[in-house]
Amino acid sequence: MILNRRAFLAAGAASLALPAVVNAQETPGVTATEIRIGSTMPFSGPASAYGVIGRSHEAFFRALNAQGGIAGRKINFIAYDDGYSPPKTVEQTRRLVEQDRVAFLFNTLGTPTNSAIVRYVNQRRVPHLFLSTGADKWGNYQDTPWTIGWQPSYRTEAQIYMKHLLAERPNAKLGLLYQNDDFGKDYVIGVRDILGPKFDSQVRAVTYEVTDATVDSQIVSLQAWGADSLMTAAVPKFAAQTIRRVFDMGWRPIHYLSNVSISVGTVMEPAGPEKGTGIITSAYLKDPTDTAWDNDAGMNEWRAFMRQNIPNGDMKDASYVFAYGVVHSLMQVLRQCDGNFARDNVMRQAANLKDLEVAALLPGIKVNTSPTNFHPIKQMQLQRWTGSTWARFGGIIEGANV
Amino acid sequence: MSSATGLPEGVAAAPVPVAEAGTPAWQRLLLVAGGVILALAPLWLLESFHLFQLTMAVIMALAVLGLNIVTGYNGQISLGHGAFFAVGAYCTAILMSHFDWSFWWTLPVSAAVCATVGFGIGFPALRLAGHYLALTTFALAVAVPQLLKHKAVEDWTGGVQGLFLVKPDPPAFLPVTPDQWIYLVVVSIAAVLFFLTWNLIRGRIGRALMATRDHPTAAEAMGMDIASLKTKAFAVSALVTGIAGSLSAVAIEFVAPDSFTIFVSITLFVGMVAGGVASILGSLFGGLFVLFVPNIAESISKAAPGVIYGIILIGLLFVMPDGFAGLLRRLTARLRRGGTS
Repeated sequence: MILNRRAFLAAGAASLALPAVVNAQETPGVTATEIRIGSTMPFSGPASAYGVIGRSHEAFFRALNAQGGIAGRKINFIAYDDGYSPPKTVEQTRRLVEQDRVAFLFNTLGTPTNSAIVRYVNQRRVPHLFLSTGADKWGNYQDTPWTIGWQPSYRTEAQIYMKHLLAERPNAKLGLLYQNDDFGKDYVIGVRDILGPKFDSQVRAVTYEVTDATVDSQIVSLQAWGADSLMTAAVPKFAAQTIRRVFDMGWRPIHYLSNVSISVGTVMEPAGPEKGTGIITSAYLKDPTDTAWDNDAGMNEWRAFMRQNIPNGDMKDASYVFAYGVVHSLMQVLRQCDGNFARDNVMRQAANLKDLEVAALLPGIKVNTSPTNFHPIKQMQLQRWTGSTWARFGGIIEGANV
Repeated sequence: MSSATGLPEGVAAAPVPVAEAGTPAWQRLLLVAGGVILALAPLWLLESFHLFQLTMAVIMALAVLGLNIVTGYNGQISLGHGAFFAVGAYCTAILMSHFDWSFWWTLPVSAAVCATVGFGIGFPALRLAGHYLALTTFALAVAVPQLLKHKAVEDWTGGVQGLFLVKPDPPAFLPVTPDQWIYLVVVSIAAVLFFLTWNLIRGRIGRALMATRDHPTAAEAMGMDIASLKTKAFAVSALVTGIAGSLSAVAIEFVAPDSFTIFVSITLFVGMVAGGVASILGSLFGGLFVLFVPNIAESISKAAPGVIYGIILIGLLFVMPDGFAGLLRRLTARLRRGGTS
């Protein structure tokens, strides 16, 4: 059933007394010539550095439309600015769903912002696909069946570190330093997933607050407890402090560092590049600055896309690679929809990706979803700091099935 | 959006009849009736998203009104009213999600808590004037989002995850949707508070507040208790802004520390100045301004909405140095002069 927007608005105005919940088989936002897709992005405000993800999507769909679109339809991608403010996200999402009548939401960015709308979109049964956030809760297919994440969650990341650690030292004593919020707590859950009942004897977990001045006392207490390995789930400022402190007190544990805080410019250099030698972290995207990808077919495809469509974009900004990867996952969903863009079918196909290979992902990492797996990427590769750069090593490790 | 922008003036007229002392009774009645009709018209004219936007605009207007009491009428600059907005929102959210209170019962609690906090802030304010007070209140606004995440209160506030709550359902006898009901609730509460504030300002206390602002020494010489006036002004102001916070919590159905960053305080301040300092009607315009102008800015340029917003703001302040209310005042003055000559 195809309706144009004006007819929908008229119908909406006529039946104001009825809640505008659309039947899942209907196809709002889809006409014979167009599919409307909505997103909210921080084009302004504290997280505006991530706004390039939205711009990359806009450029991608523009290029796609120039080549004829998909299934005979052009994509009308509408991204509104929410300034990373949850109330604004609610307003913009309602604008997208009720006024613009988008078919679904794609890659809305931020954990607090998505938290504010997750109930609304699930009540309205609007597919809420491939969010830009690393929180684990977007994989909760039972409670929020219309919401699905994309990138490996922090919990998955912690599981992968634990698998590696146990392979190296089955009786390791792990010191876990984490930020006292949902970001940090996802790591605790991930470690517990792997260790199970042995968690209490093998792990000592300490927290810090974002408002703390230093994490010195926490690190001293972990060393005093006798930890021979350390996992740091911290934002850049505290990660740099931790690296420096651990080195300066002569402690040499196996050190796993959250991949939130692996920026050379904001973490490794302030900490002192030589002090971080040997630190282990993880990756799932191809790093645009890594010379290993200079002749990689996937990255060449990305570079050609950038040159053609975003000529003034920063080719070193990994956010563009992320955007390219996530939009290709969406394209696979749309292809699988096979012309039926009803909301329930879009959601069914999003939860039916099988071993999808995406140019932006490290070789061997595949996107997999199912009706009971809303964590599309669960594999990562470890990498080690050599003193000047991150060097990948070992094979692809998969998180636990929990 | 164009359908919504026609309404602001109408809503504006509702709670504050702009009748002068000399206006005959039937004219006043007509103004009030016209205002009520214009405030209710959106219920039938707007679809749910625009109604939601208008609801948020009225909530912001109420918060700006709170700020106007202490900054506009009493001359104490506050850059921290976002903090009271947050406290009000969290009072309602905590009571509704942890204790299953009905929304209505959370309002008096939220009002009392915010008034107490405001009264408390009023004391240091006595010793700090002008820029120093602005900075102190600014510090409060910076601190609140972090305090909400603190371990000691995390079990109550939900930490960074925030709290979810559910909008009150419309009573069974009213054939309205939840969105229409929340609009009705917000407009009614706002109308009552606007009326009470208007009543307060035009009377003895309002004159005392303004006298304290304009010439504290003279006011004190005339026997006004400046300390008591200033702290009470802060309390009333925090109460009004806090209730706006409560309303925003149920309209959004979610509170989180990230919803109440320092930008909320700045936004309220911008709303006050753009609407008109020391003007009740101006507060309404301020609320509409801070909600709709960023959207207009975004529709003009997605690349740099902040720049467009800034340009619009500077342009408006250049054309209307005393805000929308000042423009209205000058226009009516000109009309009246034209009418009598």
